[in-house]
Amino acid sequence: MSGPNTQYDPVEVSALDPAAIDQAVQDALSAIAGATSLDDLKTVRTAHQGDRSPLALANREIGALPPTAKAEAGKRVGQARGRVGGALKQRQAELESERDERILVEEAVDVTMLPGRRPLGRRHPIELMGERIADIMVGLGWEVAEGPEVEAEWFTFDALNFDADHPARQMQDTFYVDPPENGLVLRTHTSPVQARSMLERGAPLYIACIGRVFRTDELDATHMPAFHQIEGLAVDEGLTMADLKGTLDRLATELFGEGIVTRLRPSYFPFTEPSAEMDLRCFVCGGTDPDCRACSGTGWIEWGGCGMVNQNVLRACDVDPEKYTGFAFGMGVDRALMFRTGQSDMREMIEGDVRFNAQFGMEI
Amino acid sequence: MRVPVDWLREYVEIPKQARGADIAAALVKVGLEEEGLHGADLTGPLVVGRVLTQQLEPQKNGKTIGWCTVDVGDANGTGEPQGIVCGAHNFQEGDLVVVALPGSVLPGGFAISARKTYGHVSAGMICAADELGLPDDGSGGIIRLADRLPAHELAPGDDAVPLLGLDRETVEINVTPDRGYCFSMRGVAREYAHSTGASFVDPVVALRDRAPAGNDAGFPVELRDEAPMRGRAGCTRFVARIVRDLDPAATTPDWMATRLTEAGMRPISLPVDITNYVMLALGQPLHAYDLDTVTGPIVVRRARAGETLTTLDDVRRTLYPQDLLITDGGERPLGLAGVMGGQDGELGEGTTAVLVEAARFDPVTIARSARRHRLTTEASRRFERGVDTDLAAAAAQLAVELLVELAGGRADAAVTDLAEPLEPVVIDLDPAAIGRLVGVDYAVDRVTAILDEIGCSIDGSGDLFAVTPPTWRPDLTTWPDLAEEVARIDGYDRIPSVLPAAPGGRGLTTEQEGRRLAANLLAGRGFSQVWSAPFVGEALFDQLGYPADDPRRSTLRIANPLSDEAPLLRTSVLPSVLEVARRNVSRGTKDVALFEHGLVLGGPAGVAPTYDVGVYPGAEAVEQIAAAVPAQPRHLAWAMVGEAEPAGWWGPGRAADWADAVGVVHALAEAFAVEIRVSTGAEAPFHPGRCARVELADGTYLGSAGELHPKVVSALGLSGRPVGGELDLDRLIAASTSPQASGLSNYPSAQSDVALVVDAAVRAADVEAALRRGAGDLLESVTLFDVYEGDQLGEGSRSLAYRLVFRAPERTLRTEEVNDLRDAAVAAAGTATGATQRI
Repeated sequence: MSGPNTQYDPVEVSALDPAAIDQAVQDALSAIAGATSLDDLKTVRTAHQGDRSPLALANREIGALPPTAKAEAGKRVGQARGRVGGALKQRQAELESERDERILVEEAVDVTMLPGRRPLGRRHPIELMGERIADIMVGLGWEVAEGPEVEAEWFTFDALNFDADHPARQMQDTFYVDPPENGLVLRTHTSPVQARSMLERGAPLYIACIGRVFRTDELDATHMPAFHQIEGLAVDEGLTMADLKGTLDRLATELFGEGIVTRLRPSYFPFTEPSAEMDLRCFVCGGTDPDCRACSGTGWIEWGGCGMVNQNVLRACDVDPEKYTGFAFGMGVDRALMFRTGQSDMREMIEGDVRFNAQFGMEI
Repeated sequence: MRVPVDWLREYVEIPKQARGADIAAALVKVGLEEEGLHGADLTGPLVVGRVLTQQLEPQKNGKTIGWCTVDVGDANGTGEPQGIVCGAHNFQEGDLVVVALPGSVLPGGFAISARKTYGHVSAGMICAADELGLPDDGSGGIIRLADRLPAHELAPGDDAVPLLGLDRETVEINVTPDRGYCFSMRGVAREYAHSTGASFVDPVVALRDRAPAGNDAGFPVELRDEAPMRGRAGCTRFVARIVRDLDPAATTPDWMATRLTEAGMRPISLPVDITNYVMLALGQPLHAYDLDTVTGPIVVRRARAGETLTTLDDVRRTLYPQDLLITDGGERPLGLAGVMGGQDGELGEGTTAVLVEAARFDPVTIARSARRHRLTTEASRRFERGVDTDLAAAAAQLAVELLVELAGGRADAAVTDLAEPLEPVVIDLDPAAIGRLVGVDYAVDRVTAILDEIGCSIDGSGDLFAVTPPTWRPDLTTWPDLAEEVARIDGYDRIPSVLPAAPGGRGLTTEQEGRRLAANLLAGRGFSQVWSAPFVGEALFDQLGYPADDPRRSTLRIANPLSDEAPLLRTSVLPSVLEVARRNVSRGTKDVALFEHGLVLGGPAGVAPTYDVGVYPGAEAVEQIAAAVPAQPRHLAWAMVGEAEPAGWWGPGRAADWADAVGVVHALAEAFAVEIRVSTGAEAPFHPGRCARVELADGTYLGSAGELHPKVVSALGLSGRPVGGELDLDRLIAASTSPQASGLSNYPSAQSDVALVVDAAVRAADVEAALRRGAGDLLESVTLFDVYEGDQLGEGSRSLAYRLVFRAPERTLRTEEVNDLRDAAVAAAGTATGATQRI
């Protein structure tokens, strides 16, 4: 605005005339008010505040006035320029604000058009279930132990008091590694991890074993040739069946909620004596529906086997049965998942259809 | 084990009103789990009716219905005849029929009510056999009671439920392997008594008293076991009884046939049914021979190599030298002892004299024979689990009595009873130890009372008892066995719940934490986790293009695989993932990203010896066993098929490519803070030009990733350009580091871009490594931001454009310094790879 004014051509402007100054101000204010865009306002600014605007020209005339008139004219023109400048500034702010708001409106999108450009994957719920159980046991001060899936027969059976000729060993439906006389099997339960842990670490011992186990069952709605087990083993001085029950009660409460009712029922397992089955009060019918499909009307759902570690197991694993007692329990992780999620067909758990995992979040 | 309730009632006092469900509930308390309830799934009023009138009315739909009035006595409350529409006509006026009156519920939940049909109000139903859950009697429709029951004993209005046995119930229970004696009504009755306190009288006591002792006239029998198994003779008692003058026309009475059927056995002929009946009643398997076909003596011996026997199931079996045989005269095999009889000596239609065998066989011998011949029978199941060791004579006595009573036979005075003494089992028991194991403070007299109740005899006092278990409990051998008896009879529900305080552990291991991290990372990148059974077939290795000497071909074989197509254990996880991907695609999911981690076979297997139960074989032996188990590293594999990013309103999708697969490796390496080296790989099953070989900094092979070989893609039934990868997760986690913090410089960074022309065969990773080396410590990052191949460069060259970012820890770098560093980097790249700067 203050560049060299080559076109300077002093003109006797009537602007020094108060009426003309007022007129110029009025013209400017109405032009400013009439500007509807920032571009309009720019034009208005040039016309009424620019170097060639009437008020600028009038201002320039002041220098040529006699001193007596200078003060009055300067004051008048100064005030006029101030009013115009103020109005411009205010209008500028108004229009900028309007523009900013308009842009936000114009930029709005339909956020309900879910992008989903990179879909999230999923963890398998069985593994999440296993992790949840592991966390509960770790919270109780236990550790999580693991072992191989192709396992020595001795760790899998003999060390656990499964005699070679005992019917219980036939019931296991074992996959044998060829040739069978080499003594290797696919573990039928996670119990060999118990034997390994006792042998490696001795007593006292509080471990949970979680892993995949194998039985020669064809795949159908309720059987899988491979499935998942969680087992617990505690060996210490003075442990009793009451400690076993307490541990199972706690695990059941953490997994299935406060108020879950449990019962122990006599049973038989080679590696425990006394042995028991742990049942849960049916959480579908609560034991009130004789036609309940979850519990077949018995009111109880079989959860897992347990008992006090057979002295023969302690002996085989080099733990002194005179000094230590132990308890052990085992249950299916897959079954626990079925209880928790209402899943009814086991095949869906192993087939790997992405729609299966997608039903669940990343937490079970 | 199926237990007909009325049979059970014969041995133990069960309250009259008790139903099958009540009995099952009592049995479960002492450890006999309910498997099911059968029968009695009908409620009345189901009554006897006499048809007064039957008016046949043809209908428009072509059927003819019968409009009947039936006298049902006072059962309908009025005494008036009941009007019933019936579609079947195989009865006539005057016949006695079964009427389901309104309010009754037939099997299947079919409720009967009065309803309007064919212009009449039909108030009930005239029943056919199948509608009541009864087997068809050949009438082909409505039951005519006179065909089944003595008509003179029937009157209209009588309750038909007991008349037809429709109130009969069978409780099916699961018998655990330690309770062989519960494979009998006698055993289950005893357990019912233990559970409820009901009065139980052991039927065997009286039978044993009545059974005559062996005498010189007895049929000659020789026990000639020359190869006892595990030091135990195969047969230690043999009772033989003879019954003559049987009436070959005598048939099995209905009550016995019904009980056998309900217990799950098929009636065959009276003498056979009697032996089965005694087995079910008392638990002792018996065998009956046609006396006229046996010349004797009966010799019990082991089989000879190559010997054969055709068993009653009509299978000719080649015998094993360990099999125990019953033979005639030592030569002709009559049966596989304790498992199944042979066709020689079998009872026939004309049999009038039988020899009944009741023997004590060793469980191990029988178990092995049954297993070898894959022949599990009612007899073998009982012998394997242990039959009452003092039951043979009593059981034979019952069989003889029934043959006399039902078949008109005459018991021969000749009695054989060969018995070898058994080692008595005596258990030392400190009664307080039971409470210490169970966690309940049992009084000493409570312990002794329970042991007495289950049949033990007890000597001693104070803190040491000598307990002799009853003959029907061969499973009781140690004091914890007795502890279980005390705990279960006293009730498991009396055991309190106490949470033990573990000493506190180390938490999850690095491996366990690492596995979760890897899995969560892949899931976060869009991969869905799967798991697969580890069985594969040889053909898969060919499909994957493994060379003949590929170590992944050497694996273990399952001796008894579920499928002959997949008898091998997997050595790699990626094929499992690809198989699941294929399944997803075939189900219509076109874009699939999957991952799996699991164990694979990773090394040779040895021979793992076994040792007897209850014995610590020593540290060296345990080490040898453990060393025989092959290495089984945990692998992580991932695969993508179709688009990595789907198409949508935002534009087209992006197909998954090799970079997605290799990117997973880099993400994992960053997550575990592991330095990796990627080089060009050529491993199967990958595309030889699109395979990244990944190693740890020390050169250890970690895995490979990239695009799959096109041949593999088609061999596996996939299409498109699937990508994937696999690495050894154990190695990755083990290599995981905890880097030290170095402090962040707040001075400005300076960047410099260079374009390097290299031979197309030069790998970007080598160029980058050289740049890093040449640039020195002040280099903060190197990024390949452009790759150019084209005419300006000429055939066989490409340009790699890198952005080098430098930063000094304690000052601002000067431009000349940065230029010098850049030049040094370029020079190093030039030396190492022949790269020249493109100006």
